[in-house]
Amino acid sequence: MIPAGFEYHRPADLSSAIGILLEHGDEARVVAGGHSLIPMMKLRMAELAHVIDLQDIGELKGIELGASTVTLGAMVTQHELITHEGLAKAIPVIREAALQIADPQVRYVGTIGGNVANGDPGNDMPGLMQCLDATFTLFGPDGTRDVPARDFYQAAYFTSRSDDEILTRITIPVPAAGTGQAYVKQKRKIGDYATAAAAVLIGNGTASVAMTNLSDTPVYSAEASEALANGDIDGCVAAMLASIDPQEDMRGPIPFKRHVAAVILRRAIDSALSRKS
Amino acid sequence: MSNKMHVKLTVNGEEVEGLAEPRTLLIHFLRENLKITGPHIGCETSHCGACTVDLNGKSVKSCTVFVAQANGSDITTVEGLVNADGSLGVIQEMFREHHGLQCGFCTPGMITRAHRLLQENPNPTEEEVRFGMAGNLCRCTGYQNIVKAILASAAQLNAVKEAAE
Repeated sequence: MIPAGFEYHRPADLSSAIGILLEHGDEARVVAGGHSLIPMMKLRMAELAHVIDLQDIGELKGIELGASTVTLGAMVTQHELITHEGLAKAIPVIREAALQIADPQVRYVGTIGGNVANGDPGNDMPGLMQCLDATFTLFGPDGTRDVPARDFYQAAYFTSRSDDEILTRITIPVPAAGTGQAYVKQKRKIGDYATAAAAVLIGNGTASVAMTNLSDTPVYSAEASEALANGDIDGCVAAMLASIDPQEDMRGPIPFKRHVAAVILRRAIDSALSRKS
Repeated sequence: MSNKMHVKLTVNGEEVEGLAEPRTLLIHFLRENLKITGPHIGCETSHCGACTVDLNGKSVKSCTVFVAQANGSDITTVEGLVNADGSLGVIQEMFREHHGLQCGFCTPGMITRAHRLLQENPNPTEEEVRFGMAGNLCRCTGYQNIVKAILASAAQLNAVKEAAE
């Protein structure tokens, strides 16, 4: 319950935040909504000498709706994702997924950027962002660079973001009109990370499939996506089952997780198909 | 490191200040520095919601906010939800009338969360109440009477609003 002491910083712009990160190296971490980091600090699984609060940095806020892309500031909260009508019209699956994350209080503060940068395979947004083929923008001492969500995750808590970079924005291509979208999640109760969850886009001759918490990273499968685009649902499920690598934990043994993964993927496909026009 | 910082908050409409280490959790600052002991601590994993307060118009679990992050913010706790004359507010009264509490440990968080829920959705369905209260655990009631209390609060608050219009 009691975190270790730290020095607190609240910079007003990104460059200052990077400056503090550079000065203190891996002694420092940024805090966004704080609803993964603070619990870890309270259990002393994370001990930091410097905490850099991003809440005053305007560059990290805001939802921008373009004709072909949507851009989300990293500090946009789950609550903002859910309540933004324009976003719900452009990419409804984001609201559908956000409503399955955590609980109301956590959603008021937890941010999309924190969710995708955390690197915990339990987080839901990483798989969804891979399904949507989002791009993450990272700002560091050498400027900005873009990394596709599909290339961002390397292992549990290990991403291509380096310690002196801050994830600033997420850019998502708006799916073509008529694309069926679904995020289906099996969980033990409200607020739990998924036993298995699936994100599916299908329509206009294309498809995209990714799954959550069935490996040490989110799992996007190009082969499963292609099979689904060709109308081969069994082939899609088989390809995805070949790509996942679930581990036994409190949510169940491996054979159960593989079974649930197939069930959930089929449900997500059915749901996306029913929404396709 | 860990030097104390000067913290200024508005709590239940009153400006308060104090000294605290940045790592001090908001719940501890409220309870120990300010002696506002309605919000409770029921866990250390951010699940139970017994520490829920209203922070700048949002329901927040005050066990998962450093007081440093909350510096400068406007906070309402269950103590601030009484009427001006000190009598029970509508939601508090409905929890009493519908037996929405037993041990009372979750109640301050429940009522503070229900306050925000009804601001955002003044006419919730039963399902919306259950989903909207899902960040608050209760060991005693089985939730049924909490749902009744909140639906009754919605009806009363709407009646008051209509009468005023």
